[in-house]
Amino acid sequence: MTAPVEAVFREEYGRLLAALVRRFGDLDLAEEVTSEAIEAALLHWPSEGVPPKPGAWLMTTARRKAVDRLRRDRVLATRLAVLQVEADRAGPVPAVEAGADLPDDRLQLFFTCAHPALAADDRIALTLRCLGGLTTPEVARAFLVPAETMAKRITRAKKKIREARIPFRVPGQDELPERLPVVLQAIYSIFTEGYAAQRPDLAEEAIRLTRILHRLLPGEREIPGLLALMLLVHARRDARDGGLLLLAEQDRARWDRPMIDEGRNLVVAALTGGPPGPYGVQAAIAALHDEADDFASTDWPQIVALYDVLLAITPSPVVALNRAAAVAMRDGPQAGLDLLDELAGEPLLRGHHPYAAARADLLQRLGRRAEAESAYRDALHLAGSEAERALLRRRLGAL
Amino acid sequence: MKYLLLINADAVDEAGKPPACTPADWMAYDKEVKEAGIFVSGESLADLVTATTVRVDAGGKRTVTDGPFAETREVLGGFYVIDVPDLDAALDWAARCPGARDGSITVRPVADF
Repeated sequence: MTAPVEAVFREEYGRLLAALVRRFGDLDLAEEVTSEAIEAALLHWPSEGVPPKPGAWLMTTARRKAVDRLRRDRVLATRLAVLQVEADRAGPVPAVEAGADLPDDRLQLFFTCAHPALAADDRIALTLRCLGGLTTPEVARAFLVPAETMAKRITRAKKKIREARIPFRVPGQDELPERLPVVLQAIYSIFTEGYAAQRPDLAEEAIRLTRILHRLLPGEREIPGLLALMLLVHARRDARDGGLLLLAEQDRARWDRPMIDEGRNLVVAALTGGPPGPYGVQAAIAALHDEADDFASTDWPQIVALYDVLLAITPSPVVALNRAAAVAMRDGPQAGLDLLDELAGEPLLRGHHPYAAARADLLQRLGRRAEAESAYRDALHLAGSEAERALLRRRLGAL
Repeated sequence: MKYLLLINADAVDEAGKPPACTPADWMAYDKEVKEAGIFVSGESLADLVTATTVRVDAGGKRTVTDGPFAETREVLGGFYVIDVPDLDAALDWAARCPGARDGSITVRPVADF
């Protein structure tokens, strides 16, 4: 598949798959016929022209192929017939989006792929596979595992969906506070994985999926919160020099201003009309960084205050670490170091290289060169990616 | 679809705290399960000290041993088999079980052949 065609079908893939899952109640069958329908389109459209309703054309083709498959496979047909009867009894009728020639059933698929009964890594893989339309080898590359390993993982997760009967349904309003964070966590992991693996395309896929989710669930403020957070971080991509440059060192003229403006508007939506959620607060912190002319003139008191809020809603030593770094900018390196030393006993931070790197930075600013060097070496030892190690080696060399 | 709810209760020694759920809680839950029309079967198990393990080796020789005794904190205290449409429904019933507060519930779909 050539790149532009792939981009066109990536959007169609999730919609088509979701509609077919709804129709047939079986993820494997839906995946198979979705791929076949897209192959048929690639074969026919170049010579016959793109049909007036491409989505409907793909859907009709896929359904025809599914019916053929069910005629050949009686066992599958019987099992699905039972499922369909139950689905018809319970399922609400999906709304048709204005301008679309297919109803959008993707919301159900988001909640199935990121069901809490699945392992966390499996949720990320299935979300990329089913909603991102990535092939299994592409998902494997995102996770840096062999394609075979990923194929097994996806097969196992789909087996659990089928045999434990994880439903294709949108959770009720009362369940959303429990279920939506799991979906958002899977998407945010795709984004952070994109950064760790130097894969801007994955970060952009996470943004695309969050935009879809935002359209489908407009009333949930943590969705614009997550979208804002990702946009406000991704806006700095060109200035990061592949992760080699810290926020303090970046050329801010290279930040993506339109993306920052979009993110700032979304932060307002995320923080209006109720108590703030963790993504909304993190987005607000990112917005303050993006608004500052330079690192020193950043509104550090406000950032510390936002970290206090974040710490209250999601207490975690990693958040406390980030807060300490902000306190160091507000009150000086010694104040930050005192806070970091209070966190020294936290088991979560023991193997966490940003903790060692933050200590090294503050020790350096206090002129304690030998201790800074030792802390940088600790961080270097703990860092997971080559880009992280390259940054730390540069910091160490500059001491 | 049938699901087995395995009720893992906290093992309580003489110094330990008694379970937080009362017999009345269990009776209320049992009544709910039966009135919802999803009950297939269910039993509460006698104390773990009454358990006996049987093995038969390749030669057909039977070995009977006392136990097993829990090495983990939680022991199987009982089960329900319920018939509900999907995993979400099974998880809801598991969450409402008093055993989920005293210990944990493992939800296992029953294989359909």
